[in-house]
Amino acid sequence: MTQLLQNIIDGLGRGSIYALLALGVAVVFGIMHLLNFAHGELITIPGYLTYWAFNHGWNWWTVVPLILVSAVGSSLLIERIAFSRVRGAKDFTMLLTSFGVHFIVSALFLLYVSASVKSIQRPGWAADTVALGSLRIEIFDLLVIGVTIVTLLATTWLLQRTMFGLSLRAAASDFEAARLMGVNSDSVIRGAFALSGFLAGIAGIFWLMRAGSVTPTAGIDPMLKGVLAALIGGLGSLRGAVVGGLVLGLAEVLLRAWLPEGIQNLTTGFVFVLIALLFIFKPGGLLAVPQVERV
Amino acid sequence: MLEVTGVTTKYGAISALRDAGLSVGAGEVVGLIGPNGAGKTTLLGSIAGLLRPDTGTVTFDGNDITNVAPEKILRAGLALVPEHRRIFTDMTVEENLKIGGVTVKASERAALLEEMADLFPVLKKKWDVPAGYMSGGEAQQLAIARALMSKPKLLMMDEPSLGLAPILVDLVFDLIEQLRDQGRTILVVEQNATRMLQAADRAYVLRSGEVVASGTGAELLARTDLFDTFVAG
Repeated sequence: MTQLLQNIIDGLGRGSIYALLALGVAVVFGIMHLLNFAHGELITIPGYLTYWAFNHGWNWWTVVPLILVSAVGSSLLIERIAFSRVRGAKDFTMLLTSFGVHFIVSALFLLYVSASVKSIQRPGWAADTVALGSLRIEIFDLLVIGVTIVTLLATTWLLQRTMFGLSLRAAASDFEAARLMGVNSDSVIRGAFALSGFLAGIAGIFWLMRAGSVTPTAGIDPMLKGVLAALIGGLGSLRGAVVGGLVLGLAEVLLRAWLPEGIQNLTTGFVFVLIALLFIFKPGGLLAVPQVERV
Repeated sequence: MLEVTGVTTKYGAISALRDAGLSVGAGEVVGLIGPNGAGKTTLLGSIAGLLRPDTGTVTFDGNDITNVAPEKILRAGLALVPEHRRIFTDMTVEENLKIGGVTVKASERAALLEEMADLFPVLKKKWDVPAGYMSGGEAQQLAIARALMSKPKLLMMDEPSLGLAPILVDLVFDLIEQLRDQGRTILVVEQNATRMLQAADRAYVLRSGEVVASGTGAELLARTDLFDTFVAG
């Protein structure tokens, strides 16, 4: 029982990071039907800046804002350079464009920085635990879960209570109708990328703290988790993205705990089997949104 | 106020609209009637910036708005209640109205919300209900109220009575008359030609992408040669 609780908290900690990544993927998908396979670059780029900053005497207190600002900045820059040119194109064209962005960013770091792993100093408290009854909980997990809850509440407030949030939801529901109301297509798309970047930045802080390193292809793993979680939850549903992230985190931790010794390395494979099963029974994901014809 | 001259709009190789022209003066209610596929929606779309005319010009208050983005045309004071209403179904009535007023100042938006609640009692009752749960007639009223939230100088409506029960069709025409009495300028596309001609100051008849007749409502109602156009709706 204790072990199970321990695993659940661990899974929620992981899942929180996935949820933030998935939410960023879902926000952009909702507004322009772009499944962004370059979402992980919003961790790679701040990751290299973090590496640079630590070599120049920065610490985590100053690096955290750097990660957030650079994640938002990268997201906006990628939109400006790449995605703004394929706006309104076929979904497949946008998908390929996002692959292109991923490969170009990786190649740039490979060419101009290094192919080798660059270490980032983990915060001293990262592995500390607190005792809660018989549970030993990592402070890191508690922090991740806490920050994620605050971030999700703030995002909900933004989407429900501000004109920007309403514009974003209206544009996701019917882009052309939103423009007929005067919603500015440029600002709402840039706003979606900024929000997506900010969420990736929060996730990136914890991702980099836990990974303790960055490589040119460091973005692939977080991108996969984010995209998968968004698919699990039901593409287009923001609530689904959060649920999908938590489910994916829990599935990973619990499978690792329950799989017999020896095949634990196959956890990822089993996770994919579960996802395949989910799509057989619920093709649209857990919180599938009804398919509306987009005009 | 609105001048459309020589507008031709094509879908691929097919001209849905050929050399169409119309004008709307301040305070007028102008109808645009014609059978299915006559190009009425294409004409409104070409004015509102949803479609790009291949030739011709659209000017509003003396400014050329041909090929201008829809959000800029709205800001110029031209609002469109689109075909099939296209309300935001997963947002509440209040949220739909707020988006309608996205271009006005926050203080003004609050006043407009109250105005809409008074003008449309049905909406007031469903204020916090997701718009997707509303009936066709309620949704049409929401779509019109949402467009009014931008304080348009000219309100365009595309088939406001389409798919509504007869009693709700009456309600829509009552509403058009009510808005006319408030001094608003309105351009309405309708298939319900007879009702439209009774409510409009002037009207244009569109057939196969061309304007084939225009005049006051009474003049057009007397034109027996256009009879097939009227009954086609």
